[in-house]
Amino acid sequence: MTATATSTDRAARDHSAGRSRPPRQIFGRRVVRNRLLVGLVRHATLIAVLTIVLYPLLWMVGASLRPGNEAFGTLNFLTSNPTLENYREGWNFGQLNFSRFFLNSLAVTTLCVIGNVVACSMAAYSFARLNFPFKRIMFALMLGTMLLPYHVTMVPQYVLFNELAWINTILPLTVPKFLATDAFFIFLMVQFIRTLPRDLDDAALLDGCGHVGIFFRVVIPLSLPALGTTALFTFINTWNDFLGPLLYLNRPELWTVTLGLNGFLDATGESAFGPLFAMATLSLAPVVGFFLVAQKLLVEGIATTGLK
Amino acid sequence: MATLSTPAATAPEPASHRPAAPGRSRSLNRRTREAIAGYGFLAPWIAGMVLLTLGPMAYSLYLSFTDYDLMSSPNWIGLGNYERMAADPRLASSVLVTLKYVAVSVPGVLAFSLGVAMILNKGMRFLPFYRAAFYLPSLIGTSVAIAVLWRQVFGGDGIVNAALGTLGISGQSWIGDPDSALWTLVVLNVWTFGSTMVIFLAGLRQIPTDLYEAASVDGAGPIRRFLSVTVPLLTPLIFFNLLLTTVNAFQAFTPAYVVSGGTGGPLDSTLFYTLYLYLRGFANLEMGYASAMAWALVVVLAVFTAALFASSRYWVHYGDER
Repeated sequence: MTATATSTDRAARDHSAGRSRPPRQIFGRRVVRNRLLVGLVRHATLIAVLTIVLYPLLWMVGASLRPGNEAFGTLNFLTSNPTLENYREGWNFGQLNFSRFFLNSLAVTTLCVIGNVVACSMAAYSFARLNFPFKRIMFALMLGTMLLPYHVTMVPQYVLFNELAWINTILPLTVPKFLATDAFFIFLMVQFIRTLPRDLDDAALLDGCGHVGIFFRVVIPLSLPALGTTALFTFINTWNDFLGPLLYLNRPELWTVTLGLNGFLDATGESAFGPLFAMATLSLAPVVGFFLVAQKLLVEGIATTGLK
Repeated sequence: MATLSTPAATAPEPASHRPAAPGRSRSLNRRTREAIAGYGFLAPWIAGMVLLTLGPMAYSLYLSFTDYDLMSSPNWIGLGNYERMAADPRLASSVLVTLKYVAVSVPGVLAFSLGVAMILNKGMRFLPFYRAAFYLPSLIGTSVAIAVLWRQVFGGDGIVNAALGTLGISGQSWIGDPDSALWTLVVLNVWTFGSTMVIFLAGLRQIPTDLYEAASVDGAGPIRRFLSVTVPLLTPLIFFNLLLTTVNAFQAFTPAYVVSGGTGGPLDSTLFYTLYLYLRGFANLEMGYASAMAWALVVVLAVFTAALFASSRYWVHYGDER
């Protein structure tokens, strides 16, 4: 029994599928049938789990397309006559103006992505490639802040930004990114830059390139996958961020999409499900869209590095 | 330079300091230049570290010994905030809620993600599709949109009750019941298992197949192979995932805030520690008290991390010590 199961497992791996195993060919037919059965059971399990996991999302998209007179407390996510009415109604709902919220989110997110990519790559290059006094201490300090909870600096940062009269501006959300406060991305890029061959640096140095030249001409062009990962995760984290805008943006004209959605919920409670889910769906669309695009980019990235 | 030093080496007397001096100053120069470049590239990070991390941490430690309220200047009250914390029943309940949440959802995430990763590791077709589909929830799990959705999914006439209704069970509002509200947030956290799963999957693919074959030859069944081959070889990743999932679970905020409408209700059943800290600091403007709470959280997380690292030598196996 055990032997059959293992041979199935092994045969299922593409690299070992071609090898011949004389003793087991006696059970050839049974193995094939078992392999089919086991494969089917696995796919069925995965699809069942996947359905449960993704069902709420499907349901939400369905609910956003449902006409207002249809009941919402139903398991079915399909509707007989889908409509975009909820989207039109939700986009400008009372005082809430989602074109404003999307523009605000876009501005904050763009600045944060630029800040993180620039500042974290600079710090990472310094840590990975250059030697200077107190480097080890500073590197340890950087690692230490990776696990530091945001809440310990939340109150004093608020006090600081309040003193600077930055409340109700996007500066408290964006300026920290230009000061490389996301240690995780520095670490990610340090790890990446360390894998780049040092010969390239030395060659550039011999050609008269300074450290700035090496950074721009050697390290940055070769680190595009790590920069892309940083940009993508910064985008998603900033777009989803709720606590930061909640602390610093109190006026509705400054709200980001997340605050807008929360304001929608506060204003309507359970009364306007259709428009609420329409806006919730829209708020997730950029993240899901970027994720789908990046999936392809990631695969291409692996393919190109594999070719080299 | 090179042409100068070659004849200098053959003539001993005048050469002894001449080529050495420019050589040394050049290398010193290079080292200085490298240090300047190093600090130059690090300048934004250093400014951020001092102004936005270390400075604020020191200031928040100071504030935790004061009664600061943002309006009037802080007065030193010694251990007053910490004494009030010890006697604060809402704080005790928020600690309990947070511990329950961490203790149930972290093992849930780990077990679920390892289980799915093990199924996916069996050379499945459509692997990239499955991996991407399972990963998606972890990208959006902390967003307001999903919290809004969760209110409906587990609400009085939500889809969970609709599903139970087809089985003939009539459920209550899971969000509105203090006995079940926290569990809806636990389910939400487990729902975002995808990122942990991707890490486990990468680890599982590194395990050499011949180890399983050797174990089978020795008569080990599937359970034995899982416990004696898979788990030991995955311990570095289990360690990593356990650390990250726990630290993140302690800091969860948005789902509890949105699902409970910013109150931590019903009856404080979803009042996470971070939510209570926020309410104290920014709804009541008790910034001193909030700072003391933040430092208590830092100490707890530091102790947990240190304990986990200390314990790791007994249960985390790295491949090279075989």
